[in-house]
Amino acid sequence: MSGRGYAGKFAEIDLSTGSIKETRFPEEVLRRYVGGRGLGVKILWDRLGAKWDEIDPLGPENILLFLTGPLTGFFPGGRICITGKSPQSNGVVGSTIAGEFPAELKCAGWDGLIITGESEKPCYIFVKDSEIDIRDASHVWGSRAKKTYLTLVKEVRDELNAKNPLYGEWKEPAIYMIGTAGEKKVRTAGVVGKWAHGAGYGGYGAVMGSKKLKAVLVKGTGPLPPVADHEKTMQLIKKVWRINFQHDLNRRWGTGYAGYNVGAQYSSEPVRNWQEEWHDERSFGVDEFERRVWVKRYWGDFNCPTTCLKLAVVRTGKYKNSIADNPDYELQAYEGTNLGIFTPEENVYLVSVIEEWGFCGIQVGNTMGFAAELYQRGILTKEELGGIELKWGDADAFARLAEMIAKREGIGDILAEGTFRAALKLGEMKGLDLLKYAVQSKGIGIGAHGIRSGLDYPMGISYACSVQGGDHTSVALIPITRTVSDHSMMMSDSGVYCLFNELYLKKEEIIEFFNAVTGFGYTVDEWYYDIAMRIVEIQRAMLLLGGPDVKWRIDENPARFYEPLPSGPKKGQAPTREEIEKMKQEYYKIVGWDERGIPKSETLKKLGLEDVDKVLREKLEL
Amino acid sequence: MTSRGKVWIARDFLKCSGCRLCEIVCSLHHEGRIWPEASRVRVFMLIPGVEYPHLCAQCHDHPCMDACPTGAISVNDETGAINVNRDMCTGCASCVDACPGRIPHLHPTLNYALICDLCGGDPECAKICSEGGWNALRIVPHTDDPLELYAYRLYARKPEDATKGLVAQLYGEAGEEML
Repeated sequence: MSGRGYAGKFAEIDLSTGSIKETRFPEEVLRRYVGGRGLGVKILWDRLGAKWDEIDPLGPENILLFLTGPLTGFFPGGRICITGKSPQSNGVVGSTIAGEFPAELKCAGWDGLIITGESEKPCYIFVKDSEIDIRDASHVWGSRAKKTYLTLVKEVRDELNAKNPLYGEWKEPAIYMIGTAGEKKVRTAGVVGKWAHGAGYGGYGAVMGSKKLKAVLVKGTGPLPPVADHEKTMQLIKKVWRINFQHDLNRRWGTGYAGYNVGAQYSSEPVRNWQEEWHDERSFGVDEFERRVWVKRYWGDFNCPTTCLKLAVVRTGKYKNSIADNPDYELQAYEGTNLGIFTPEENVYLVSVIEEWGFCGIQVGNTMGFAAELYQRGILTKEELGGIELKWGDADAFARLAEMIAKREGIGDILAEGTFRAALKLGEMKGLDLLKYAVQSKGIGIGAHGIRSGLDYPMGISYACSVQGGDHTSVALIPITRTVSDHSMMMSDSGVYCLFNELYLKKEEIIEFFNAVTGFGYTVDEWYYDIAMRIVEIQRAMLLLGGPDVKWRIDENPARFYEPLPSGPKKGQAPTREEIEKMKQEYYKIVGWDERGIPKSETLKKLGLEDVDKVLREKLEL
Repeated sequence: MTSRGKVWIARDFLKCSGCRLCEIVCSLHHEGRIWPEASRVRVFMLIPGVEYPHLCAQCHDHPCMDACPTGAISVNDETGAINVNRDMCTGCASCVDACPGRIPHLHPTLNYALICDLCGGDPECAKICSEGGWNALRIVPHTDDPLELYAYRLYARKPEDATKGLVAQLYGEAGEEML
């Protein structure tokens, strides 16, 4: 598939047997499923669809995918999609992460890695152009994220320098890895990179851990692959750079401006496990972060004109020397306000701690908030928490709890299953309904944008009906053409590139970019009603088929979202169940699902998904 | 092609965002494609957050040129840049060893040394870095003042050595244990 932005080949790596081979996909498959999330859904359906409900996401049958897309490296802000069967939702979650890895992989001549089986011993994969090695990782198994990063990057770079003494200095390879949480198959573990980069949603760190795969490193020395229209692609890249140079909000402040604003202005920020969504803590303003902890104002990854990241170091006090990407909005909320923490130093400290263990900051922050509310209500005691007094705002207590979860110590073993499963288990032990304190959708903790105030971008059904569960970056929206809807997000998740660099582009301009690179001649309508629709339908089918432990039969909001907001300018506000039901039915019609939310036969057949229809009808006994 | 006169690229490493737009424009200019490994400026990141754009500093005494056994390296009178004659270069890497910062590297597929040629006097890397507002690389007039001229050579540093200094500046004590 040369000349369309694709490197042309994918590596199949079987960790059980150690076999490595090349796979290629026909042009029609690539045109239809693009790359990243789209192609991941296709690969998973083709290989596992017929027995999807029987596959244990943490067993050797699951497939772990690292997939770029045709636009990766070209569209400003390269990302890669990490996916597979999710140990959180039992469906497929397209989880993307930035870094140099995506471009390095394409420069090495690969569009993606298809990792199957399960290694006997801890291992890591090193991709150097066309050569792929599976290597022993015993020496870093048990290491936390920073140490793993520094050890493996140095080791591999030293080897490159030694093997090719005449080349000059070798630039470091790029790496994604897991921490302790991933190794222990904690369902809220992410695949992490740099300090606090992560593919969090979905729990693919646990999938890597189940395969005993500690890290993947890559060094590619080739150019990015040829595209359909070179001149136009290069013009468009520079156009997107310049548009983003001119927009200041994310560039100047990162999403960190929202740590104060989303709470204070929109009343949609999780505070103390979503008991409130409003706060007016100026101590959490982005200016405070800048003044107190930032050490780098613009930080970014390959081909990013926005560089919305900032680097943070705590310079003084109890948490001195904590280092992290400056917490973005989600981590400000989930390692901050949701735990009752409102100072930059404690927030940076806690982010550095959870990243060291290799968690998804959103998911573990959701679970820790849930645990703290149980403590607040006297449902969990200090003894049950291994001696921790889990009080709101106590960063040390939450750091200790994160360690227990990462190591699956004591109650950490139950909380390691994520909020939904922990609520079921603890509820059973206590004889109580604890799901009412679990703020999640389809086993995935909900991103830090609430629906009750009606002032933020998600709608009442956004999480309940999304194929990505609680993921705040890909939600159900009416109309489906809105930014960050499941169907819109399929562009950047399959492209694969960063949403933030397309925020100021019209959909037509994004499709123009796709066409310059791929020459596939997509139209905006085709994208929404054919390409993205097909992928969403398959994703929906797999979500409904579920897994051995959990199946979803109904789309619902967490109970908390029906409790009136207790504070702030929107005090008293909450949607009613009737409103949500009505909105759900409206959404189901648009996406071709029946009144129970099951994709209709006619919808699937129209998209050429007869096989999906057959399995769905058989397995759901329709 | 340009009326800039002789220029030099000033560097402020702590301002480098790691966006690597410099690598993109450099490889587009020289190779006609996006090719980070074939870029004459390469951003090293041995430790996350410590990005170090590695590119020729145009030393006043040109040790690379002196070390070249085939005479493939010359200094451009007009721009002050180091030029590599790719037909004469044998890829022996003598220039890499002679450079105080081990800055040259070989083209990934063709056997010759890559050294910044200042894009003929109008360096793309520094232009995009300034346009993007990072100013880690900035075009300044070349000087013939001996004091400043000698200072150019201070920027020719190996990635490890430069990283050691930068990590301490950026992360303080916490950075020291990363080395």
